This record gives sequence, structure tokens and C-alpha cells, in this order.
Amino acid sequence: MSETFQLDGEDVPFAPAQTVLQAALAAGRYIPHLCYHPEFKPHGSCRVCTVQANGRTQAACTLPAAAGLEVESASEEMNALRRTLVQMLFAEGNHFCPSCEKSGNCVLQALGSDLGVLTAGFRHFYPDRPVDASHPDILLDFNRCILCELCVRASCEVDGKCVFALSGRGLDKHLIVNAASGKLVDTDIALFDKAMEVCPVGVILKKRVGFAVPIGQRRYDQRPISAQALDDAPRVSAASGECAACEGSGAVSALALTEPASSFGEETP
Amino acid sequence: MSKKLRVATTSLAGCFGCHMSLLDIDERLFTLLEYIEFDRSPLTDIKHCGPCDIGLVEGGICNAENVHVLREFRKNCKILVAVGACAVTGGLPAQRNHLDLADCLQEVYLTEISLVNGGIPNDPELPLPLDKVHPLHEVVKVDYFLPGCPPSADMIWKFLTDLLAGRTPSFGPELIRYD
Repeated sequence: MSETFQLDGEDVPFAPAQTVLQAALAAGRYIPHLCYHPEFKPHGSCRVCTVQANGRTQAACTLPAAAGLEVESASEEMNALRRTLVQMLFAEGNHFCPSCEKSGNCVLQALGSDLGVLTAGFRHFYPDRPVDASHPDILLDFNRCILCELCVRASCEVDGKCVFALSGRGLDKHLIVNAASGKLVDTDIALFDKAMEVCPVGVILKKRVGFAVPIGQRRYDQRPISAQALDDAPRVSAASGECAACEGSGAVSALALTEPASSFGEETP
Repeated sequence: MSKKLRVATTSLAGCFGCHMSLLDIDERLFTLLEYIEFDRSPLTDIKHCGPCDIGLVEGGICNAENVHVLREFRKNCKILVAVGACAVTGGLPAQRNHLDLADCLQEVYLTEISLVNGGIPNDPELPLPLDKVHPLHEVVKVDYFLPGCPPSADMIWKFLTDLLAGRTPSFGPELIRYD
């Protein structure tokens, strides 16, 4: 019998060294998240996965799963906190969705609509960071950056190029390009780098391919992100029977190769 | 319903697209008109907003007249609604916020290549532009926000019917769009 913790009153099995977020996703239970990506180490910057555990709020992506831990995630209180976090991100950048090429495929936008965000509410910052259009095939719009560091992590850990980095402190913190000139054209980034595909918002864009997908067929036009995030989550099977997203998904057995199947073999009540 | 609710609408730094989306409720407009009557609106000939139950405002705040009209709406409307991306976030017009206003005016009215005898308009009849575009909630208190560019007719319909029925308006993710 594998060990379990309690998520919103239900048993969730976990493997050793899994975080609460990883175990929840593996068990087909969605916790909203933004900077977490199943192929990278947890980052802990967006705080959207915040849950109530051990008598306080903490990020589920960095909270180690422990036997008997009681976690509250799907409550109105937690979703209200998440809504405020998403609003802060919206107010901080220039998220003009009506003209953004990423609209409909954007994780921040999808989270906003799923959480019921109707307005950023705060005073908008309207940052003024010039776009970098120096590269012949790639465009960077820094005003949409949410500092999740996924491109930084992908470029260093997967591509081995370290094209991106974060610079500055506090509100001045921003994404930079690691080149003497600071220009993307002077890096060895390539169109098929991992860094090109991980940006959850509209910062890293391919030139000359914008608005190719008809409205209605874009990723988050189909189903809310709460239903789709589970497709990306590596896990063994939909044994619990409560995970409609698992059916027809090709991602089902991705983790079976890396994790001992016995950790997930138990039927969840 | 004994008395019809009075609804005022206006477009500030808007494109009138949100009003078109309101008209997109199509024949449901006839149903709506059994429950509401319009006060000041681009659809009526009333010049100033009188006491109203609901004020629907599209567009952000980009000049002095916008501020004046918005304050008149706030003073007269029990419920003030920011309709569309411009009213909610400043919208695409707020993309001018990183440009210098004088440079913009010079480019358009003075140095633009096709102009003959250009000049920046300076008649006092014209409202002065603000140096930045603002969403409504930075100028007055806003009661409800309807995002979208424009919000769909279904969202506007859901909002109005919820309000008319005395319910707090609520929307599922399928109605909440920002684009």
C-alpha cells in the first residue's frame, strides 16, 4: 500500500520525493499552476498553486508530499487568493490580449478565465520595455513576461545555450538576453530549441506565423485549462475513474517509464 | 415588472464595437425593451445622462471630455459597468502609453508625409488628450467589469438578465474572454 495524503478530503497516493502538486496531477487532481512545468524542477515564483496545509498557505509545487498531510486546494478561499495573483500579473504587464498572437493559447489568460477574473482591478503599470526584433525568425515582447523562468531553465538545462536570464531586482526585475549586445540575434538560439516552446505567455514568438489558428480551434477555446492541464501531467492510469481528461489522451503512460508503477497501483476510493 | 429600469450607455475612447456586440443579442433586444428604457446613449437623442439604474460604458479614458462624461455617468447611475477591454484595461489604445503624446500629435498632424499646411488642432472646442490612456476604474468606482474585445452578445445578455432578475451576475469560463 502506497502512502497517501489528503487533498480536499480525499486520499491521494504519492511516490517518494514527489511534491503535493506532482502527486495531485499524477492522480488526476488539478491544482491551478503557472510556472510549474512537468519537465522542469519546481520554481515557486507564480504562487498560483498556493494551498492550505500545516496551518498556513504555501506553494504546492515546492511542498513535499507527506503521509497524512491535509491539503486544502479547491476552496473558494484558495481560488480567491489565486484570482488576486493572476490580477497582479495582468496589471503588471501589457497584457493586451485582443492583439496578442498567443491569445487562446496562453496559460495566464486561460487561468484568468477559468478562475473568473473579470478585471486586473489594480492600477496598471504599463511597462515600457522595447521589443527585440533583431533575430530574423524570432520576436521577443518583454512587456508580457511573467518571470516564470521557464525559458531560462529550458535554454540552460535542455538546449545547453543559456540564451535567457533574469536581471534586476524587485519591480525592475526583467528578462534579458545573454549576449554582449543584449540582442537575440547575437545568440545561437534556434527555432526548434526547447526555450521556444515553453513560454506560457506571449513573450517568445515565431515571426511570420501569427494568427494561424482560427478562433474556436485554439487550445483553450476547446476546454478550460483545468480540464487540459491533466493531459500534460505524466501519470500511469485513470484508475480513479474521476478523470475525464484522461480518456483519449496520449500522455497516460509517460511516467510509467520513470516511476515505479507500484506507487500508483492502488485504486483511489 | 412595474417600472422599467433606465439604462444609459456611452462610448469614451472606444470603437463602438461593444455597442455593436450589445446589438448582437438580436431579437432578444425586443425582450430587453420590455424591461428597460434607454437614457443617454448613442442609440437615443438624449444629450445628458439623467438618473439611471445602469450605466454601460465602453472605451477607456483618453481625453478631458471622457473624464467629464464618465463622472456624469458615475453621478447618475446606480450601477456603473465597464464594458470591454478598453474600459477594463485601457485596451489597445493604451499601447500609446509608452509614446510621448507631443510626438504622436506631431507625427499625425505636422510631419506626416502626405500633409499640406498641417498643424496641431488648438481650438478650445476640442478636448485635450490626456498624456496616458486609463481604464475606468482609475478614475471612478466601477461596479461590474465585462472583459472581451468585445464581450460576446451572450455575455452581455447573461449580465443584463442576471441583473434584471436581481441576481449577482456570474459567468462560466466559456463566457469570459479577453480577446
